[in-house]
Amino acid sequence: MNDFPKITPMGERGILIEFEPKIDENLLEKLIFYKNKLEEFYDEVNIEVINTYNSLLISYMFTIENIYNEVLAIKKLFGEAKIGKINNQQIFYLPVCYNEEFGWDLEYISKEKKLSTEEIIKFHTKPFYTVFFTGFLPGFLYLGGLDKKLQISRKDQPRMKIEKGAVGIGENQTGIYPKSSPGGWQILGNCPVQFFDKNNNPPCEISAGDKVKFYSVSREEFKEISEQISEGTFQLKKENYEG
Amino acid sequence: MKAEVKVLHPGLFSTIQDFGRRGFQKYGVPLSGVMDRIALKIANLILQNQADAAVMEITQMGPKLKFSAATKIAISGANLSPKLNDIEIDNNQVVKIHEGDILSFGRPKLGMRSYLAILDGFKTEKILGSRSWYEDITSHEKLEKGMKLQYEASEEEKYETHAGIKFDEEYLSSEEIEVFPGPEFEKLPETLKSHLRQSKFSIDKNNNRMAIQLSEILENELQPIITGPVLPGTVQLTPGGKLIVLMRDCQTTGGYPRVLQLSEKGINMMAQKKAGDSIGFLWKS
Repeated sequence: MNDFPKITPMGERGILIEFEPKIDENLLEKLIFYKNKLEEFYDEVNIEVINTYNSLLISYMFTIENIYNEVLAIKKLFGEAKIGKINNQQIFYLPVCYNEEFGWDLEYISKEKKLSTEEIIKFHTKPFYTVFFTGFLPGFLYLGGLDKKLQISRKDQPRMKIEKGAVGIGENQTGIYPKSSPGGWQILGNCPVQFFDKNNNPPCEISAGDKVKFYSVSREEFKEISEQISEGTFQLKKENYEG
Repeated sequence: MKAEVKVLHPGLFSTIQDFGRRGFQKYGVPLSGVMDRIALKIANLILQNQADAAVMEITQMGPKLKFSAATKIAISGANLSPKLNDIEIDNNQVVKIHEGDILSFGRPKLGMRSYLAILDGFKTEKILGSRSWYEDITSHEKLEKGMKLQYEASEEEKYETHAGIKFDEEYLSSEEIEVFPGPEFEKLPETLKSHLRQSKFSIDKNNNRMAIQLSEILENELQPIITGPVLPGTVQLTPGGKLIVLMRDCQTTGGYPRVLQLSEKGINMMAQKKAGDSIGFLWKS
């Protein structure tokens, strides 16, 4: 049982459950499984569970009365649980326009990595990226699975403003800025799809465990998709993912 | 009857807040909500409001507001010298408002954040289960001149006043912030641990609803962690050796070591500290 997690209180309203620090899809499956268990076990009105790469945080609506009992109950729950497959995983296909207008750092990446723009696009659109969790900004997905050939360090001097929808790379991570914000990632394109909508509940269709695949679109297609989005006629392509 | 508070002057930084947005951290949405929950509870209790009725959180220099119809208000938390039609009024009591009354604030006397509760709460937009203002989630992120904030007018005399209740306001001025060890506390060298236990720290000018920095620079050799969950009250130690106390609008995840975690009371106390104030950590376990 050396993979049994460390369970510790985090203040008076949180319990942190930590597994060994690594970025790993099997660990993610385990975390999502336990997360679902916890949400079943507790009333979702009273708690909220989030996962990151190797942790679960249970945050309680109210101050926890007896931390010791709480930790025991969680240990018991985890001890009894037989880890099964996660259901309802989906693949989301997201269009990205990788032209010079949006791909501010394409030239730099091309020089640094000795790759043509076509090769960069090919390597970036090939993987089925795994959504590990959402954090940093509302709707910001932490994606795993970036091709090693595209790994590149962040900019020395972060930009004051990165456009909404910008698709970037920072070290071994790639992602989409859900809103304009300061940032240090190398930018290679823009995704016109807004998958975070504060007026929907849930506000984001994509969640931990899902897959994301990018496909390249031209400037004209980007414009068309943007128009469809503002008219509300754009259909986000998605399908069930069978592990 | 629909009524509104008109913003004649916005002051330094004010927002509408309630207990915050629960259930959306997994989408990266901050909890938000009032920085000082004690003050929110007191102000709403005085008016016999629902505990989570939306209030106005007022930072240091208050706004100037005009009421379009009769209601009652109560102000709690920091004392920012509130005045009704230019006459000083007290915190923590029911104040009757008539049509056209003007509420303003003067010199900050005690604390950092004051809370204006109104009978039955402000009726501004509710997004993802909360009226708390947050950039890009709600239409507004801070009070601006000319804004109109909705409430329900009430002439009724159905409420008893709480003239006799005394509230313990010691937390507004106390320098002792209650903490627990954070997830990475044990990784700190002994010298740094005892430094955290014994030293005084001061509030940096770099402080807002997301985070409050402390001015002191510590010798830090701790490596960043793999991005993990954080909460309001989490104290991070940056590679540069600064302590950052995360507050109600903080992000849901972070990569700096989490060395301390404030108690609930500790968070409320931090909410009332201003740049230059001194604090020490009081260990709870």
